[in-house]
Amino acid sequence: MNTTTINGAAAHHDHDHDHAPAGIMRWLTSTNHKDIGTLYLWFSLFMFFFAGALAMVIRAELFQPGLQLLQPNVFNQLTTMHGLIMIFGAIMPALVGFANWQVPLMIGASDMAFPRLNNWSFWLLPAAGTLLIASFFVPGGAIAGGWTMYPPLFMQGGIAYDMSILAVHILGISSIMGAINIITTILNMRAPGMTLMKMPLFVWTWLITAYLLVAVMPVLACAITMLLTDRHFGTHFFDAAGGGDPIMFQHIFWFFGHPEVYIMILPSFGIVSTVIPTFARKPLFGYVSMVYAVASIAFLSFIVWAHHMFTTGMPVAGQLFFMYATMLIAIPTGIKVFNWVATLWRGSISFETPMLFSLAFVFLFTIGGFSGLVLALVPVDIQLQDTYYVVAHFHYVLFSGSAMSIMAGVYYWLPKWTGHMYDEKLGKLHFWLTTIAFNVTFFPMHFLGLAGMPRRIPDYSLQFTDFNKIASLGGFLLGASQLLFLYVVIKCVRGGEPAGNRPWDGADSLEWTQTSPPPYHSFVTPPLVK
Amino acid sequence: MQAHSDSNVYYVPPPSIWPLVGSVALLTLATGFVLVMNKIAAGPYVMTLGMGILLVMLFGWFGTVIKESLAGKYSKQVDSSFRWGMVWFIFSEVMFFAGFFGALYYARNLAVPWLADTQLLWPGFSAAWPTAGPGLKTVIDPVNAWGIPALNTLILLSSGATVTWAHWGLQKGNQRQLKLGLAMTVALGILFIGFQIHEYAEAAFSIRDGIYGATFYMLTGFHGFHVMMGTVMLIVILFRSLAGHFTLEHHFAFEAVAWYWHFVDVIWLLLFVFVYWL
Repeated sequence: MNTTTINGAAAHHDHDHDHAPAGIMRWLTSTNHKDIGTLYLWFSLFMFFFAGALAMVIRAELFQPGLQLLQPNVFNQLTTMHGLIMIFGAIMPALVGFANWQVPLMIGASDMAFPRLNNWSFWLLPAAGTLLIASFFVPGGAIAGGWTMYPPLFMQGGIAYDMSILAVHILGISSIMGAINIITTILNMRAPGMTLMKMPLFVWTWLITAYLLVAVMPVLACAITMLLTDRHFGTHFFDAAGGGDPIMFQHIFWFFGHPEVYIMILPSFGIVSTVIPTFARKPLFGYVSMVYAVASIAFLSFIVWAHHMFTTGMPVAGQLFFMYATMLIAIPTGIKVFNWVATLWRGSISFETPMLFSLAFVFLFTIGGFSGLVLALVPVDIQLQDTYYVVAHFHYVLFSGSAMSIMAGVYYWLPKWTGHMYDEKLGKLHFWLTTIAFNVTFFPMHFLGLAGMPRRIPDYSLQFTDFNKIASLGGFLLGASQLLFLYVVIKCVRGGEPAGNRPWDGADSLEWTQTSPPPYHSFVTPPLVK
Repeated sequence: MQAHSDSNVYYVPPPSIWPLVGSVALLTLATGFVLVMNKIAAGPYVMTLGMGILLVMLFGWFGTVIKESLAGKYSKQVDSSFRWGMVWFIFSEVMFFAGFFGALYYARNLAVPWLADTQLLWPGFSAAWPTAGPGLKTVIDPVNAWGIPALNTLILLSSGATVTWAHWGLQKGNQRQLKLGLAMTVALGILFIGFQIHEYAEAAFSIRDGIYGATFYMLTGFHGFHVMMGTVMLIVILFRSLAGHFTLEHHFAFEAVAWYWHFVDVIWLLLFVFVYWL
């Protein structure tokens, strides 16, 4: 790097010109939070379609009983990789993309605290994605034992299992560096006057999410390292013959895994808590209680992990503790739902696409929360473990929760990011198709699970046929509707009605003081917040 | 050295190739490792290539940061970003070790006793520690805590003292004390690693010897790896001190490495108590 040109004054001079570097190197070597945020979002969208395509094949196979399209082993590969890629490749990168774009803009920072590290966090994702996608084409095919990678099943697979372990290691490195970057940015880069309790709630949710990431991604690394050494270096961590225990893996994995599900939902809470006040034209009800609720959920997430393992034969005292601890989470979550509804109360509400997605989020995520409470009850869970009821539950929190809040956020901030309004008619059409198709797909799965249909099996008894047909048709419509989403996004990037600085009259955070799209380097000197 | 013309401006570096090089390095390294583990001939070459690219990246990236630091581009605010970053990085390392300590606790206090209580799978197995488990029949002769491990404890604690003494020297502006303290710390670090290698060579059991061997080598092995990294970092800092890089106000790199070294020290104390002693 040329050390003479970029002292403070010269850098300032550069910003005045405000030109983005040209060509492919702009994206490969970027140190700009907006460019890197864009990369995260496109990567996530690509992976969303890739893992979504796997789900389409799964639903095609399940359209009727018997084996139609796939060998069972391939079916298992598809369910496993659908889960793994949606979580690590689609949902998490999308939320980090939001953090990249929005956190500096919302706290009045010039960029992320470590811009080069930020670039590395992103470019590790395609590296890991390459390993994961390539693993379909190695002898034996991709991993097939479920995204949770339980031993002893995970001990038995081929080379793809090693590729996936190392891919998850790389994803973990990316997440930890990204999280450290976000925490440091929020703690150290806020504009003068912006105290912690003046931060937009989205920033608060990301601060706490990033803390969770730094706390639990290393624990996942530890668990999969033990898998790797058990596979290749002769250790007996998960082998009872050597004094180990396969259940130990589940404990360590879910110590990561439960905070992980909040990692995927807390930023969504942040997005919804930004969108609802905007379109209700009222400040968020109970801001302080929202902050404490998020912090309580994060704390509780560390002491509920074994509710994923009620059927593994733990002591009754353990089952009771984890059951009650899990049910406690309903309290802070209830506070949040109450506050969203109270924000709407007597608001001057309008129903643009982001608001529609956010309102659907409140309804549908709450359904997912309630089915979570049902599953928290030990005796009920023993009946429902590994049935389609669980599949219905986590798709209500992950699709109508995380994914639909991401869509809300995309529609909400696209005008800011691109400078153009999206097509409102098509956006609304996308919303209604998605919401209806989603419920057609996943609501019947509650019934299937209650009737006893096991998950992760390519075939089923005849009595499950009707609901499966409905779910598959809904699934195909859900998949096809997302092509409309892609079209709306591309159309908005290409052009459209100019958005102006503040297209939403109810929006009041700092990003709306900038032009749309914001200058390549925004807030080079921090604004003063009163 | 330039003064900061505008202390309000946070230094945002220009585009950099190093992160991309780092990603290529990790992808190559991971691919090579997969090949090695599956005994495919190209493995060692691919892994070596990946390691080579990683080294180039580390030299290039840290070199750039050092140049920028010496050019005075890092304001107080940037300095405090680095501090937050290092604190949270060390926290992530703490959680990494916590996972393995958790595995040790679970295996020793829960899994092994349950295995003995059940008597269904392995009749006649009784819980004891150390154990190689019911299926392996190996009798484990553990390392005596009051031999080399105690000596290593003394060595690491002393190295914590010498690095603090070096820090005091830096704060007093006594560069000689800084360099001497660092040199002693490096020497103690190398001595520790030497003893650890000796201990491994003499040990009567291996990583393949059941849950005791697995937890012992995983915990002490990852710790030893961290001591090696810490020693390399200390050597870099020693060379930078010799080159006169650190001043009274501006010496984050020194402090980061000192924090890291204390972290490694604390982990060792836990290892000494829970792995070697009790």
